[in-house]
Amino acid sequence: MSLPDSSPALPEPHHIAPETLLYLDGVSVSFDGFQALNSLSLIIDRGEMRAIIGPNGAGKTTMMDVVTGRTRPDHGEVLFADRIDLTALNETEIANLGIGRKFQKPTVFENLTVFENLSLALKADRRILTVLFSGISVEQTERIEQALETTRLTAQRDRAAGSLSHGQKQWLEIGMLLVQEPDLMLLDEPVAGMTDAETEQTVGLLHEISRTHSLVVVEHDMNFVRDLDCRITVLDEGQVIAEGPMDAIQSDPRVIEVYLGR
Amino acid sequence: MGPLSSRLFALESRRGWTVFMGLAAVLMVVVPVLNLAVPENSWLHVPTFWVTTLGKFLCFAMLALALDLIWGYAGILSLGHGAFFGLGGYAMGMYLMRQIGERSVYGHPELPDFMVFLNWKELPWYWYGFDSFAFAMLMAMLVPGALAFVFGWLAFRSRITGVYFSIISQAMVFAMMLAFFRNEMGFGGNNGLTDFKDLLGFDLSASTTKVGLYVISALMLGLVYLLCRYVVTSKLGRVLIAVRDAESRVRFLGYSVTRAKLFVFTLSAVLAGIAGALYVPQVGIINPGEFTPAKSIEVAIWVAVGGRGTLFGAAAGAVAVNGAKSLLTGIAPEIWLFFLGALFILVTLLMPRGLVGVVRQWRERRAISKASHSDSHVSA
Repeated sequence: MSLPDSSPALPEPHHIAPETLLYLDGVSVSFDGFQALNSLSLIIDRGEMRAIIGPNGAGKTTMMDVVTGRTRPDHGEVLFADRIDLTALNETEIANLGIGRKFQKPTVFENLTVFENLSLALKADRRILTVLFSGISVEQTERIEQALETTRLTAQRDRAAGSLSHGQKQWLEIGMLLVQEPDLMLLDEPVAGMTDAETEQTVGLLHEISRTHSLVVVEHDMNFVRDLDCRITVLDEGQVIAEGPMDAIQSDPRVIEVYLGR
Repeated sequence: MGPLSSRLFALESRRGWTVFMGLAAVLMVVVPVLNLAVPENSWLHVPTFWVTTLGKFLCFAMLALALDLIWGYAGILSLGHGAFFGLGGYAMGMYLMRQIGERSVYGHPELPDFMVFLNWKELPWYWYGFDSFAFAMLMAMLVPGALAFVFGWLAFRSRITGVYFSIISQAMVFAMMLAFFRNEMGFGGNNGLTDFKDLLGFDLSASTTKVGLYVISALMLGLVYLLCRYVVTSKLGRVLIAVRDAESRVRFLGYSVTRAKLFVFTLSAVLAGIAGALYVPQVGIINPGEFTPAKSIEVAIWVAVGGRGTLFGAAAGAVAVNGAKSLLTGIAPEIWLFFLGALFILVTLLMPRGLVGVVRQWRERRAISKASHSDSHVSA
């Protein structure tokens, strides 16, 4: 995709490496005087899995809102892939660029079956008339069956999504992300409300997904984050206060003060 | 079977098709035969007045389908659908006015009576072309469609939803009413358009024409129903349900919610326009009363009574409520509005899924009791 002519000239990419998939620099967002993001800078590489942690109100969800077009930043740059300016696009356009999102509270379409939920998420032409006249191909059905298997929902295939358990809804959302085939997946608290066994299975699932996708996982369950075994970014008051592997994070005095120490 | 015919067949379940065909046979064959072929003194004879009344109800059923398509499936409650119905009706009315010609009271070959009365010398530009039936029918669909497209584009683009959308749709139909009441608009002011003589050369006062219009209404209702079924059983139908249940989530899946809503809202307005165009020759008049806000609200009541999000229920609700209205206004006209209000409250409180919901529940219960009955047989 080329940049629209009207977008402001971007700074020279002197600091953007080719392996960078998502680039946030100096991003600030405030709501009625509350500074949700305070000059936040963050870089996610292609193929990377990254965990983002931080206390409530640290700006984790706002960060995702900015990347997916739900919230416009007051300042700062948000670039994706080949320096596409995400701040100029809406939710639909960003989703079609290849950024998928799982929400904190699982939002599946309750009145549709599990299969129908997945078929809506499936990567395909999204134009209205095409959608009206299109059927589902054998390959697409196979993709969905595969996702059902990966998320252990095969037996739930024709049940209304509203009747699933909380953990199953979380998985359905992950399955929807899978068939959407995005380049970057943003997962907001994927194990919230899950049992220990379900959490463990989810860790395995995410490891599997991370082999073929770039992932950003927001979470505050420390054990879960430890099991993810990836690079961690710690947010507090809308800023990055630490970044690195788990060991370094755990021994960082600022992190201990704002987060782990509580 | 080709892909299209198999898709058509899949629009309904086997039972659904049986009911559909049964109703089609009764409405399109039995009723006309009982009117035209059975002698008037026989108790089996259906008077022409009843046929026309039923034809009117079928047009209302079409309007209810149009509203259910957007309210029941996409969650857009329009309380201004009378605007699209009325515009379709006016397009038909303008054609019928042009057909009167020199048979009018003032006998002007081109100008309708009300224009002569207003001392107008020539036909306004927007009346051109309405002497052609094809052009008028095209306008009966295009004008409501265009209004819905512009109105919907402005509303959906700004993400106006829920009760706010309902309120501005009421404002729209109210504005239409005020505009059409004005004589200077050139649509006959508060008298509207009436005194129609014939349609495509058929005398509108002849009972064969009346039965013919009724049959065409039944046919169009069937086609509109199947078209709506096609939309709601397609993948787009599932997108619409998804929009209804979790609008913002649909955006993050990469669908344009604005375009999906705009498509279905415009389609709905076109269908309402067709209903209006078929309604006018059967009642013989179109006036700004069709744009009364209360009339548009009444359409939502028909749909709620029948059961929204079911299509079939919406159509059945329209016929049932209007049937009750005909009966009650014949017996005690002053209580009709109280009845309608009470009906709406009771349906909302006691049968939130409408008549269709009640029937479904009753069938499920019967199935369960049957199953448990056979179970007890086995254990005994």
